[in-house]
Amino acid sequence: MSVSVERMVKVFERPRSLTGAHSTYCPGCHHGILTRIIGQTIDDLGIVERTVGIAPVGCAVFAYRWYRCDALQVAHGRASAVATGVKRARPDLVVFAYQGDGDFASIGTAESIHAANRGENITVIFVNNQVYGMTGGEMAPTTLVGQKTTTTPDGRDPALFGYPIRFSEMIAQLEAPVYVTRQALFDTKRIQETTKAIRKAFTNQVERKGYSLVEVLATCPTNWHMKPVEANRHVAEVVTKVFPLGDLVNRG
Amino acid sequence: MAKRVLMRGNEVIAEAAIRAGCQCYFAYPITPQAELLEHMARNMPRLGRTFVQAESEVAAISMVHGASAAGVRTMTSSSSPGISLKMEGISYLAGSSLPAVIVNVVRGGPGLGNIAPAQCDYFQATKGGGHGDYHMIVLAPSTVPEAGELTMLAFELADRYRTPVMILADGMLGQMMEPVLLPDPVDPAALPAKPWAATGAKGREPNIILSFDLDPEGLRRMNLELQARYRTIREKEVRHEETETEDAEIVIAAHGTVARIAKSVVRMARAEGIRLGLFRPITVWPFPYEPLRALSSRVETVLTVEMSAGQMWEDVRLAVAERAKTPFYGELGGVVPTPKGILREVKRHVG
Ligand SMILES: Cc1ncc(C[n+]2csc(CCOP(=O)(O)OP(=O)(O)O)c2C)c(N)n1
Ligand code: SF4
Repeated sequence: MSVSVERMVKVFERPRSLTGAHSTYCPGCHHGILTRIIGQTIDDLGIVERTVGIAPVGCAVFAYRWYRCDALQVAHGRASAVATGVKRARPDLVVFAYQGDGDFASIGTAESIHAANRGENITVIFVNNQVYGMTGGEMAPTTLVGQKTTTTPDGRDPALFGYPIRFSEMIAQLEAPVYVTRQALFDTKRIQETTKAIRKAFTNQVERKGYSLVEVLATCPTNWHMKPVEANRHVAEVVTKVFPLGDLVNRG
Repeated sequence: MAKRVLMRGNEVIAEAAIRAGCQCYFAYPITPQAELLEHMARNMPRLGRTFVQAESEVAAISMVHGASAAGVRTMTSSSSPGISLKMEGISYLAGSSLPAVIVNVVRGGPGLGNIAPAQCDYFQATKGGGHGDYHMIVLAPSTVPEAGELTMLAFELADRYRTPVMILADGMLGQMMEPVLLPDPVDPAALPAKPWAATGAKGREPNIILSFDLDPEGLRRMNLELQARYRTIREKEVRHEETETEDAEIVIAAHGTVARIAKSVVRMARAEGIRLGLFRPITVWPFPYEPLRALSSRVETVLTVEMSAGQMWEDVRLAVAERAKTPFYGELGGVVPTPKGILREVKRHVG
């Protein structure tokens, strides 16, 4: 039996704000899901013509390729400061910084905290995958105690390297941020929650409410040496124990 | 109608930046350029423009990166240790072809050094400083009024060539007060459009502003494009000044504050019958090699005087080659050479 094409209804398609450029992420990596969510959000809010994305140094260095909006690629860790510059220069733009945990919570510590503390009216997406993906899986500030990485071959020893940093909790101590939340992508429920969070983080900016941060617990199957499904389970069962999900600040 | 006012170098640079249409200024405090920051703090918000005291010089230059990418005129200022921190951002600006003005009110170094005037950041300013094959245009004012004029020019050149431009001043120039005729403000709305800027992809393809290309062929093209632009700058933007060089047997080569002091040495020497002239680069990058080369074949000696261990001296020797003697006199650590001290050096090399 043949199905008439006219009778087919498109129920799922690529967000218009995404270019469809060939992905540079590994199979099963959460960066891809997150990209789609951001694209969908930009579509839903109808802001693609006034959005500027800031790509970091890290696996998301090519993030400027995914979106049909103006974009910059900037120095390692400085995305929140660069976003500050763009936004202050043109407050009518919608500016988002997309940063890994090495970028945001290690080398960019000062820039990340102070952009939040000034209450810059920007949206920051902070991808916490507990490793340095791009450089080959070294320890990140978020690496779990005991986790093996290429620079902690025997597992992270807190006596030598400290503990995984709960950066969003630090930001949540500040007066200015209007929205700080930690989300995940390991199942459809979390994907829906993350979608809502990202929509809120962008909406806050559009409504000129101020600084919003969405931390997303992500997988790095490649450097965790896990299958994607196993990596999802690891986030659900292990990572969320150290990095609990949910809103930390919601002054919307 | 413009009128003369008595102002400090740092304030003149700040005020000139405002008049050049600087919309966003970002900086971190450091002596001896605090008055620049303070002038901006007082005046930018009043004009509806952006002033942000950044958490560090690294952040300040990154904010400049953002504001420049968004298409507005933007500036940061600091002094030596802070400029070292800005080198990362300057390299990114150069790589991304973004215009910006960076002011270095140089102080004694290395390390924390001191807060006295110095010229010890010449290499850092003119030979790269940050990573990669890039240059900044570097303007070296020698008086307070000239600091204002060159600041206006810096914004123009930055936009024209889409490049960072540095004002290389020093603590003396920053602190000194002189009467100046402030330049007329430019109308920011009348400045040429920046179709490459990140202003929102409305009715056009997205503008993507990058300093990288993982493909060596692509990065090679990007570098060649930069080098072509640097060639144009070398052809068109070299600026220098000569004082009493027509009949000179010896000339001093000096920039900035030292050139200003050397001007009085020229008068003193001439009064004693010594035919001394002064060659003053105004752009230290691009360095005025050609004019100095031409001059050097007419004189016996080109004496370089600097508040450094001999940094510009290298460019002088490149220009002069074997055509004249090229002795050097430098003071270090924030010590400013006196007219008498320079004259003594001149005398050692004549007759
Ligand atoms: C100043 C500087 N230091 C180091 C690097 C090398 N480097 C590139 S990506 C990266 C880590 C990125 O990790 P993360 O931010 O967690 O992002 P991921 O790759 O995991 O997505 C490092 C250290 C760099 N590009 N610049
Ligand atoms: S290395 Fe890890 S974070 Fe990077 S793309 Fe691959 S799976 Fe994703």
